[in-house]
This record gives sequence, structure tokens and C-alpha cells, in this order.
Amino acid sequence: MTSVLYDVPGPKARRVSLIGSVVGTVLILGLLAWIGMTLAQQGIFEGRRWAIFTRGDVWTLLANGLGATLTAAALAAVIAFPLGLMFCLLRISLVAWIRIPARVVLEFLRGMPVVLMMLFVLLVFGTSSFVAVVAGLVLYNTAIFAEIIRAGIQSLPKGQREAGLTIGLTSFQSRMLIELPQAVRRMMPSLVAQLVVLLKDTSLGYIVAYGELLRAVQVMADFLGNAFLFPIFFVAAAIYIVINICVSRLAIWIERRGSTKTAGGVAKAPTAVVAPELPDVRESK
Amino acid sequence: MEVIIENLPLYWEGLLRTLFLSVVSGIIALILGTLLAAARVSPVAALRGFSTVYVEILRNTPLTIAFFFAAIVLPRLGVTFQQFEVAAIIALSAYTAAFIAEAVRSGVNSVPLGQAEAARSIGMNFGQVLNLIILPQALRTVIPPLINILIALVKNSSVAGAFFVLELFGYGRQMANANGDQVMAVLLGVAFFYLLLTIPLGILASTVERKVAIAR
Amino acid sequence: MKAFMTRRKSFFVAATAALALSLSACGGTTPGTTSDPTVADKPTFAAGTTMAKLSAAGTIKIGTKYDQPLFGQVGLDGKPVGFDVEMGKLIAAKLGIAADKIEWSETVSANREPFIEQGKVDIVIATYTINDKRKQVVSFAGPYYEAGQALMVNKDNTSITKPEDVAGKKVCSVTGSTPAATIVDKYKAELVPAATYSACLEPLRNKQVEAITTDNVILAGFVDKEPDAFKLASDQTFTKEPYGIGLKKDDTEFRNWINDQLEAFGKDGSYKKAWEATAGSVIKTAPELPAIKRY
Repeated sequence: MTSVLYDVPGPKARRVSLIGSVVGTVLILGLLAWIGMTLAQQGIFEGRRWAIFTRGDVWTLLANGLGATLTAAALAAVIAFPLGLMFCLLRISLVAWIRIPARVVLEFLRGMPVVLMMLFVLLVFGTSSFVAVVAGLVLYNTAIFAEIIRAGIQSLPKGQREAGLTIGLTSFQSRMLIELPQAVRRMMPSLVAQLVVLLKDTSLGYIVAYGELLRAVQVMADFLGNAFLFPIFFVAAAIYIVINICVSRLAIWIERRGSTKTAGGVAKAPTAVVAPELPDVRESK
Repeated sequence: MEVIIENLPLYWEGLLRTLFLSVVSGIIALILGTLLAAARVSPVAALRGFSTVYVEILRNTPLTIAFFFAAIVLPRLGVTFQQFEVAAIIALSAYTAAFIAEAVRSGVNSVPLGQAEAARSIGMNFGQVLNLIILPQALRTVIPPLINILIALVKNSSVAGAFFVLELFGYGRQMANANGDQVMAVLLGVAFFYLLLTIPLGILASTVERKVAIAR
Repeated sequence: MKAFMTRRKSFFVAATAALALSLSACGGTTPGTTSDPTVADKPTFAAGTTMAKLSAAGTIKIGTKYDQPLFGQVGLDGKPVGFDVEMGKLIAAKLGIAADKIEWSETVSANREPFIEQGKVDIVIATYTINDKRKQVVSFAGPYYEAGQALMVNKDNTSITKPEDVAGKKVCSVTGSTPAATIVDKYKAELVPAATYSACLEPLRNKQVEAITTDNVILAGFVDKEPDAFKLASDQTFTKEPYGIGLKKDDTEFRNWINDQLEAFGKDGSYKKAWEATAGSVIKTAPELPAIKRY
């Protein structure tokens, strides 16, 4: 598709492009080299700073941090998903006094910084930081899941619901038996992509003192001395990126794999994982 | 309630700082993100590669890590700044630009093929096709998702409160500590001021969405 | 596709392994690293008191900080160490509870009172300043130590020697902490908020802030780790922060009992020993136990 935007490059254009590519690559490599040199001058790459990674307890602590990150993310996802389904049904209810309050709640949750919700739970309910982190993530992601699934239901061909009602299903049965299963399948890439956001947001637990990966880094650096901050930080950043890229790939894989079981096929993975693309917000009939 | 009224000046100051961070980072991110999207579809392989790698890495990095990098690692590289807002803006705009690039790219993909073909057939080159035909149309469809990204940006700016910038969330924490007996009121106040920024943006997004849906 | 499947599988395997690791690390108990005070053998207490309850249960839940060098800091084995931790062990020993039977949990400044009120912890020993506002919701035994707010600056800094010198200058402290409020309200500094005190170190080193402020003992821990980079602006402190042991409000018997124990520790030398094993490595002169405030 993108190739439509320009001619297949001729020999001259290819040469220009090649030169451009080489120059660009050299520039970027130069920048990276400069960063490396500057850091090296500060002694960041001294062996003794990296020697800590030969210690088992350092890895145990990192693994603990990662475990805490994954536990919070998994628990939050498991709780938020059914809640999201429920709120989605309430949000598209035919009854105004159910639909409107549900919408207000969802808008409220969507408009709130996750870290503020975590802090709120921590301070107002005096919970442990683990509960605060999970609760903050659940509140926010419930709203997002609800909106994603709603978008899925609205993108289904109208005939699906009409057919359901025609064969005598009630409106609720049609939602549960016909529309929801297809919507969830259809929006699977978005839902999985939202998991990346959820996983990333666990790092906000750092701010409310939950012992996740980032805080494990800080605690370790505090204990060992700031000289070790950079090595540990780089390793932690790498862990985050690798895991998140894996989950992102999973979303893309599901999208490519597609599905023949829904009337509309599977939607593309969202372009903006940070805020799912939503179709029209008009009330559904 | 009283505690909110008493501390109104602090809320106000926090709101302004949050707004400042969001607006400046938003503008930088929009420009950077559009450039990245253009690079992503350009004929030059290196640009495509760079853009892809940038977007993939930044999208999969937690914002706290981006902040950590901008506020603590960058100064080590000799990029020092006297105002910590600069670090916050670097982190927020670098992070947000990746999402904007993806949104714009999908917008480019959503413009019907015939548009590009028609433009090409009347002799336009890549830059002209992109600037005059594709991007104006793409931007229309991507405006709702872009606004959603900007809403996320406003909310994300709260992370700055833990990285040396006193904004709405930071002031909220401070007030919560000073008024230990009225934490709930203080934090609901903070929530209210965030909603003051995000809800109008959300309404704008759905209005634009409706307009765009009708126009096409 | 196939390659991806295996990659995904291996990711899950790694994740599960990490989870299992973290679980086993939480469950395992390692003996205390610094000292193990002699455990009282079957002490007796009046029935119905908190002491009797804890003693019979054979375990006590203590909240402490995990990020305060010298007082309560979690080590690489996941166990907290420091002066606060030693005090906890001493008190537990008097209840007939061995150090490895103590359930430590992390309390941050924000959730100490709620934790006590809801019974998530039996006592809190966490650089916990006694003040009137807090006394309205919890009770305090002690004080067992008196700290004070101080300023830490770069080694080559000569312009800041007293708190008045920071007026209009950038000072780093933890968001929403009492020292942060003091330095802004009383000394008109410009606050640069951070998530933890250690996060302030890099900005200070890079001269993006002029000073870091919090309790002197915490700053002393930082200076100790990097004596070539940092120093205390002055040995004088400009506030008094009496650290107390927080417990459920109006549990007067328990409070009096802890106070008695603290006084005993002061007399029999175990207070001094606890200090020398922890904060004493940096602050050479061991403090005298402050006068206990019974109320």
C-alpha cells in the first residue's frame, strides 16, 4: 500500500536513498557511540559496576520485582475483564437509568490518572500498596475494556442482532449469545494490546511504594549505593521492553491469524495502544 | 469541602503546571509524531527503519522508565537543565510522539488508495502526495484517536509529580500529607481538576468523530 | 509462526519461573542478619492484654520502612535491616518471639496510621515522628530516638550552612513529606519533589538542586556511602523529630509495657548495642535513650 505513495525508485533515486540510509545510519551509530563514550567516561561500564550481576541475590531480587509486576498485572487483568464486560452491557443497556449512570462512571474512570486512583485507594482505604496498585489498575482498565468491547459490538453488522431478535431471543440473550462472543473475538487484538498498557502501568506502583520491578531497582540501588543505579536500571528497562514487545507481538499475531468465526473478522490491533480508538460514541439502539 | 477551598491557590498552581506540561509536550509530540509517521512510509529505508525502531521501543517502555531516563540519565550525558520541567517535557513528548506516529500512520493507511493514485497520476512527487493529499485527509480521521492520546497525555503528566516537577498530582500529595484527616476530600479535589481538563477533551473527541463520520 | 509459538511459550515459562521464585523467596525465612537478642522464655502477662495475645500467638506483625538507610532498609535477601528493625527484634524477644517469627511489612509514610488502625500491623517502628495530629488516631510509645531535620549539600558547597540559606533555592525532598513542607513553609525554599530520598542524589550531584532535606540520620547514611561527593550542611538540626513506636490508639497497657521495655534496653546496654550494630557505623557517638514520654 505504501508503495503507491511513490514511484518504484529508479537507479538515481535508489542511490540517493542508499546514501541517505548510510549517512543516517552513521549518524545514529555516531550518536549511540557518543552516548556510550560519555557514559564510559563516567565509569558506567567499569567491570565492578556490572559484576553485581554475577550475584544470585541480585537476580533473585529482580525476579521478585518482576514477579510482583506480573502478579499485579495478571490479577488486575483477570478482575478487570469481567467487570469491563459487565459495564459494557450496562453502558449499552436500553434502559436510560442504567445506561446513563454507567456512562458517567466510565467517563469518570477514563478521565482519571491511574496513579491518582492508586494513591486514593492507598490513602483513603489504607490498603497495602499491592491492593492499591491492583485496585487502581482494575478501575482504569475496567473502563477501557468496557469501551473496547462496546466498540466491538457496535462494529458488528446490524444483521447479527436483528437475526438474533428475529429467532425469538430477548435483547439480553442476543447480547450474551450472539454479540458479545463476536465482539470479544473481534477486539482481541485491542484487548491484548491493552494488556501491554496494563503491564506498563504497574510501574506506577513505584510511586506508591509497591515492590515491583522499578522499585526493586531503586531499593537495590539504595542498598548497594548509587554507583550501581545505572547497570540495574538498564537491565530493568531491557526486561520491561522485551516483555512488552512479546505481548505486543501476541496482539499482532492474533490479528494476522484472524478468525472466520465472527461476522466482521478481527479488527486491527489498535494504532494507539495508549487510548483505544473508539468508533462513534452515539448511543446504540 | 473546606479543605479544597482553603487550598484553591495550590490546586490552581498545580492545574496550570499540568496544563503547561501537557500543552508544550502535546505540541512537540504532534510535530515529532507526524514526522515519524512520514518517515515510516517514506522511500528511504533508513528513515523507515529508524521510525519503526523508535516507535516500537518507546511504545513498549513504561512512562516511568522514560521519565527516569530523561530526569536522571540525560544529565549524566551532559544534557543538564535548570528547570525539571524540561526533563518532564522531553519524557512526555518522546513517549507520546510514538503513539501519535502510529495513529497518523494508520490514518495514512485509511485514505483510499485511489487518492494517492490520482495524485501520483497528475505528476505529484512523494512530498506533494503526502503533504497535499494524504496527510490532510489522514489527519481528519485520526483527530479522534489523537485527542484520546492527548487525554492520555494530560493524565500521564501526573507521573512528573514523582520526578521533580510539582504539578497537580504533586500538589495533591503534598496537600494530602498536610491534611491527613481529610485525605479523601483533597484527592477528590485533584480528581475534579483532572476531569476539568480531560472531560472537555473527551467530548471534543466524540463531537469531531461524529462530524468526520458524516463528512465522509 | 512456529518460531513465534516457541518464543511465546518460553516467555510464559520464564514468567512462571519468576513467579515461583518470588513466591518461594517470600515464604522462606532466613535468620536475622545482624543480631539476635535473647528471647524471653515463656514470659507471662495479665490475661487479655495485647502482650499476652501476641506472646501466645508466637508472632508479631511489625511495620517498618524499607528505604531508610541505617533505620529500616531492605537488603538483598529481602529482609529489612537497621536500627528500627533492631528495636523491633528487642521488643519481640521480650514477648518470647524469636527474630525469625516476626512478620515484617513495609509501611510508607502515607499508610502508617491506617495500617495500625486496621490491625494490619501490631506496631509500627518506621522513623515515625510523634506529633499531636498523629496522636489523635494512634498512640505512641517512646520516643526511642530523637532525630532532626538537616540539609545535605555537595562537598564543595560553602554557601549553605543553615536552613535560612536555602530561601529561594531549589531543595529536593520526598513529595508530601513533613520535611518538604517545613522547608517550603518556614524557610521559603523552592521544593523539587521526588519519589524517594535516594532519587534526589543524582540531581544534587548534577547541581540541579542545591540541597536535599530530611532527617539528619537518613542524610548521614547517604554521606556515609559517598563521603567524597556529599556532606551535611551543618551538624545542627533545625527541627526535633522524636521517633516513637506506633500502636493502636488507647492500648495503654501495651504502650506502658513497651515504654518499660525501652527504659530497660537503655539500662542494660541492649539499646547501645542495637545502635552500634546499625546506625553506629556512621554516627559514631551512640545516643542516650531520650526521656520516655508517658501520657
